[in-house]
Amino acid sequence: METPTQTAVKGGLMKKRRKAWSLSTGENLAGWLFVSPMLIGVCVLVLIPIIATIVLSFADWNFVQGWDGINWVGIGNFKKLLHDDQFIRSVRNNFLFLFTVPIYMLISMVLAVIIDRHVYLKSYFKVAYFMPYISSIVAVAVVWQVLFQPSYGPINEVLKALGFSHPPMWIADPNYALISIMMIVVWTSIGFNMIIYIAGLQAIPKDLYEAADIDGADGWTKFRRITFPLLSPTSFFLLVTGVISTFKVFDIIAVMTQGGPIGSTSLMVWYLYDTAFVNLKVGYASSIAAVLFLFVLLITFGQWLAQKRWVNY
Amino acid sequence: MPTTLSTISWRKLILTLLMFAVSILFLLPFVWMLVTSFKVEKDVFVYPIQWIPKEWNAITNYKEVWDGDYPFWKYYLNSIKVGVTTTVISAMVSALAAYGFSKIHFKGSNYLFLIVLATYMVPSQAILIPQFILYRQIGLFDSHLGLILLGSFSVLGTFMLRQFFMGVHQEFIESAKMDGANHFRIFWTIGLPLVKPAVATYAILRFIWTWNDYQNPLIFIRSDKLFTIPLAMQKFTSLSGEFYSLIMAAAVSAILPLLIVFIIGQKSVIEGIALGGVKG
Repeated sequence: METPTQTAVKGGLMKKRRKAWSLSTGENLAGWLFVSPMLIGVCVLVLIPIIATIVLSFADWNFVQGWDGINWVGIGNFKKLLHDDQFIRSVRNNFLFLFTVPIYMLISMVLAVIIDRHVYLKSYFKVAYFMPYISSIVAVAVVWQVLFQPSYGPINEVLKALGFSHPPMWIADPNYALISIMMIVVWTSIGFNMIIYIAGLQAIPKDLYEAADIDGADGWTKFRRITFPLLSPTSFFLLVTGVISTFKVFDIIAVMTQGGPIGSTSLMVWYLYDTAFVNLKVGYASSIAAVLFLFVLLITFGQWLAQKRWVNY
Repeated sequence: MPTTLSTISWRKLILTLLMFAVSILFLLPFVWMLVTSFKVEKDVFVYPIQWIPKEWNAITNYKEVWDGDYPFWKYYLNSIKVGVTTTVISAMVSALAAYGFSKIHFKGSNYLFLIVLATYMVPSQAILIPQFILYRQIGLFDSHLGLILLGSFSVLGTFMLRQFFMGVHQEFIESAKMDGANHFRIFWTIGLPLVKPAVATYAILRFIWTWNDYQNPLIFIRSDKLFTIPLAMQKFTSLSGEFYSLIMAAAVSAILPLLIVFIIGQKSVIEGIALGGVKG
């Protein structure tokens, strides 16, 4: 005997099958409605602009000329880039900047290993090392600018007291400016990397260490054989995001050095900004933007290829 | 207790002290900034550094920053307005899209998600010029609305919240549908409450990022009265010239609200970053 509810369910199911087509239309409509705000935003503000950047990179155009002033020059801009000393210098600086990534990754990994297992007051350390990351880069840059002040700044006062009679001029000296900026970037990046490493460490099963203890492994062996290899997905992620982020460094340059002194801290993005928004050469700047995009694309693609080979999961 | 005083905990104690010494390196610039903001100008560069000011000038300095010739409170209001609005819109747009991409099975959703995810690779600086031209054309240049829209469509937020929505059991959704609820009702009454902690984490992160954003205001804002804190901070620095105690008081003021937000939401910020990082 069927209870009334069972009958109702059966009837409902049959009705449902008949309604299946209209239901899936309903699902489609609902789906599109939910994702459409995001989709429209991304199309208008990212997808169309990136296509426009690529198109404009083939043009010789200045903002003030208006639409009629567009002059299509094919790959002329890119040819010009190859002989543009300032651009080549910026790209070279960008590649020098890559050295910051392994440095702050190494420091972060060591700090993370110590803080995760071997200290008291864990949350104090997390907050302390994280402070530079959450602070406004403009405020941080202004503070460092004063700390690095060559003639009476605190850093050089300390160095003089320690016996260096001619401490470097830091951001005022073309030979030291890029290194000074790189030091600050290392300082601000450690907190973020350390937090990710701590999360990675917590994902390593504890029994691996217990088994190693039973075998009598010392701390260094455990680090080399367990911690380091099992952190490789985390390291890989940090390496890729770190490398990409060096291609996007802008704020600190804009506030501290404006690419100077004499172009020694000009990075690609700074040169792009300077060309587009100071010198108003839109077409030429777009070709720099296209090169920047290409670099990031290549790194991402390289990551995709390398991931399966090198990473131990 | 004697048992806890084993050799291990001694080692732990020494490492704690060592790490404490290292952490000073990270905090010292902030301490210097704070101390300097309390000083009279002539004491700023006195060496050896006075870690406790001899002559206190805190009230005058901060009064000058907040209510002086270039009053910070105006720019604070701008930053709060832009920060809060961007955060609310972005959280809403991201949550809707995340729900759509994880809980509604519609045609083409996988391709759409891939397209959205792919835009994450585009560096923001590679699209500045077309965005600038577009904003000039449609009148969003030099307006808070333009700034808010630039920060409102975050692929990262969609991705992060999608991970959480995927953890919500499909049965919840199905049984609610049986009861005749449509997706908007389900989203609002079941989905959103279940992922509330993740939305809160994302909101805190988005607020911090918007507050600190320097690049977008620099390019898309021209009028002084619309400046947010980072631009105001830079202008204040150039106006104050050699008055470093005032500049440091301004820097403290720029960082303080974030510090408060961060300390309140510390756990979820750190967890959110770890989660977004490791999974993303």
